[in-house]
Amino acid sequence: METIKTDVAIIGAGGAGLRAAIAVAESAPDLKVALISKVYPMRSHTVAAEGGAAGVIKQGDSLEDHFNDTVAGGDWLCDQDAVDLFIRQAPVELTQLEHWGCPWSREKNGHVAVRPFGGMKNERTWFAADKSGFHILHTLFQTSLKYPSIERYDEFYCTDLIVADGVCQGVSAIEMRTGLMQLFQARSVIIAAGGAGWMFPFTTNGAIKTADGMAMAYRAGVPLKDMEFVQYHPTGLPGTGILLTEGCRGEGGILVNKDGYRYLQDYDLGPPDPWPRNKAMELGPRDRLSQAFWHEQKKGRTVGSRWGDVVYLDMRHLGEKKINEKLPLVRDLAASYVGADPVHELVPVRPVVHYMMGGIHTNIDAATPMPGLYAAGECACVSINGANRLGSNSLTELLVFGKRAGEHAVEHARSAAQPSESEIRQKGEEARKRVTDLFLREDGGENITTIRKEMNETMESGAGIYRAEDSMRETCDKVLELRERFSRVHLEDKSNVFNTNMLYTMEVGSMLEAAHAVAFSAINRKESRGSHQRLDYTARDDGSFLKHSLAYYQGEVEPRMDYLDVVITRSQPGQRVYGGSAK
Amino acid sequence: MTQRTVELSILRYRPEEDDKPWFQTYQVPCDEDWVVLDAINYVKDHLDGSLSYRWSCHMAVCGSCSMMINGDPALSCKTFIRDLPEGPVRIEPLANFPIERDLVVVMDDFMEKLQRVKPYLIRSTEKPLEEGQHLQSPAELKKFKQYTLCINCACCYSACPQYALIPEFIGPAALTLAHRYNQDSRDQGRDEREDVVASNEGIWDCSFAGACSDVCPKHVDPASAVQQMKIASTVDWFMRRLGLGGGKS
Repeated sequence: METIKTDVAIIGAGGAGLRAAIAVAESAPDLKVALISKVYPMRSHTVAAEGGAAGVIKQGDSLEDHFNDTVAGGDWLCDQDAVDLFIRQAPVELTQLEHWGCPWSREKNGHVAVRPFGGMKNERTWFAADKSGFHILHTLFQTSLKYPSIERYDEFYCTDLIVADGVCQGVSAIEMRTGLMQLFQARSVIIAAGGAGWMFPFTTNGAIKTADGMAMAYRAGVPLKDMEFVQYHPTGLPGTGILLTEGCRGEGGILVNKDGYRYLQDYDLGPPDPWPRNKAMELGPRDRLSQAFWHEQKKGRTVGSRWGDVVYLDMRHLGEKKINEKLPLVRDLAASYVGADPVHELVPVRPVVHYMMGGIHTNIDAATPMPGLYAAGECACVSINGANRLGSNSLTELLVFGKRAGEHAVEHARSAAQPSESEIRQKGEEARKRVTDLFLREDGGENITTIRKEMNETMESGAGIYRAEDSMRETCDKVLELRERFSRVHLEDKSNVFNTNMLYTMEVGSMLEAAHAVAFSAINRKESRGSHQRLDYTARDDGSFLKHSLAYYQGEVEPRMDYLDVVITRSQPGQRVYGGSAK
Repeated sequence: MTQRTVELSILRYRPEEDDKPWFQTYQVPCDEDWVVLDAINYVKDHLDGSLSYRWSCHMAVCGSCSMMINGDPALSCKTFIRDLPEGPVRIEPLANFPIERDLVVVMDDFMEKLQRVKPYLIRSTEKPLEEGQHLQSPAELKKFKQYTLCINCACCYSACPQYALIPEFIGPAALTLAHRYNQDSRDQGRDEREDVVASNEGIWDCSFAGACSDVCPKHVDPASAVQQMKIASTVDWFMRRLGLGGGKS
């Protein structure tokens, strides 16, 4: 096995990974960066974010408002020291992107324009039409090409962290082109490998979002935090799950049920002004809007369509000019994939799995409890998002904590002890054996597509918008069963070059491990908070659960749970108020 | 939802087993609103797990699922089965690129060319972050915005007759990216890029066939970018001949 020696190894080259790489290259040009990704950087799922990135920039807005919106939006499960750091760094990072050439949409006077977003009191979401993630990703990727110290390893699939002497000292990876296993020996490692939406049947996420980074850290003994908090975005296209940005509603789009009624007014989100009112109606937070859909469905007020139940997003009153200027991608996507042109027609939508609030446990420095290991982006949980992320906070999070991960990884790389080379090689061999064993496995009568689909179904039934003890118990048991059956899957394709049968199989393995953490964390949180709503424990319980869940990997059996107090600095838990009485 | 069975004829090439590429056919029951990628995913999930191809977003923005569909380069996630003529659908890897395996092509040359045009803002002096944003009017933004929309799917290289003949040609997407930065009011790097862009392998290799713009799934119109660069480069040359300055040609 070839060993590639580097200073900082970064797993994942989306927004967080690229920002971390640039931070290392700028602050320590003498250190080598290995930027390792299972896809070319431009394919990373940051590319699909549409609406924008939050950061206080306009007169009349304040850091304090961004702080309060984020903390209340997260139902007080956010760590407030982290939120404080985040909201302060947000405008700096977004300005930095502007300096790197990001084509932000502008006002007439040449200043960057901002739009309203769900749960945000004031306009503070920077946007580049409705392709904000695309432009952020391409700006970061193109900028990264300036730095000679960043060496890219595109289409390398990382399999295991290399932990020696209790310190993370590298990662093993399969080069897709050759099928060869490579060992990256590093003085610091950053995981920026994205989320896990593909464990669910209906998601906005690209097919590459398969929990690889989360599972890698988890198996190595790092806890996964707050995994029960899964965000449903209220407006996905039925059938495909393609995202229609919250920007549709930020620009004035409304949601109506089968009677043409703006049903959100029945869920403490009114009054239904004819114009957009921040933090009210369609500009409420995502958890509340997705939950309202669930209730409308129960009441029989949704619309039956050939793709299942939907409600309508009505943007017709915005007019063709505004839609073309602010929402051109949305128009194209809706017309192409459901045959509804938003200029003239109602667009069918329904809630869709979008984002994992939980992830690899890190502190405010993006450091995990394991020395030498850092994490940032959707795979990580700092946590600034708490029990429900506000739209447009995650693109900013990639930048703020990606940079921070890079800088702290540099510090560690400079002070790390001499690498434990023989132990690193031995761990590398163990990682290789895990893959070769998969190639050698005999046909045990299990099929990877069947297991993936059964995982998808059980995650929706047990970890969906509303949850209950019985269905969660079933899901916990089902995931355990699937993990056992997974050990009997064999590879149909045993070749070396670009073997996606092997890749998909390993991805399902990662997702099953992370899914176990989701289901088990959920059943153990006996309260309702943010995106975790239980039919059997309907109220928030700060006495018992103003805490982060920590799930520890225990091999084939269920995870061990532990809890960690939330950091409260100046905002005591209160009521989340939206609609007319929102402040 | 109505279904129809469609025959996919997919080019296979597994370098460890096959001497040369060959076609394999699959019968796929397709829903009326499926795209070609959905049909290929059906093959992968239910008929043949050994088929390899790239894909991710399924919404025409990540750029990874481009391939030849009935002879034309296109995104398989945005090509609807219902829009294709009756009969078998022929699916091949992107033309003009070496095949790595099945529908996966080798992207090295494309990636190297993107990097070569220096696709990032170049300024003689960096504005400190504390001084805030650069101002840019909507009109200034509009000048280059269209050229920022490239998703790097490489369909244009597959369609380009010059790239087929002259592999050294920098090609439509990379030249367009150079133009995108040249046209950005915040950028001062045109002279540096001109060394690459106006070289023998640059804009003058373009024969203005316009095939790149015809196949571009995001309507970036690379052909117009290259023509604008030719004009700018020619103006520079005359200006210098007249002793009036102008960038490098």
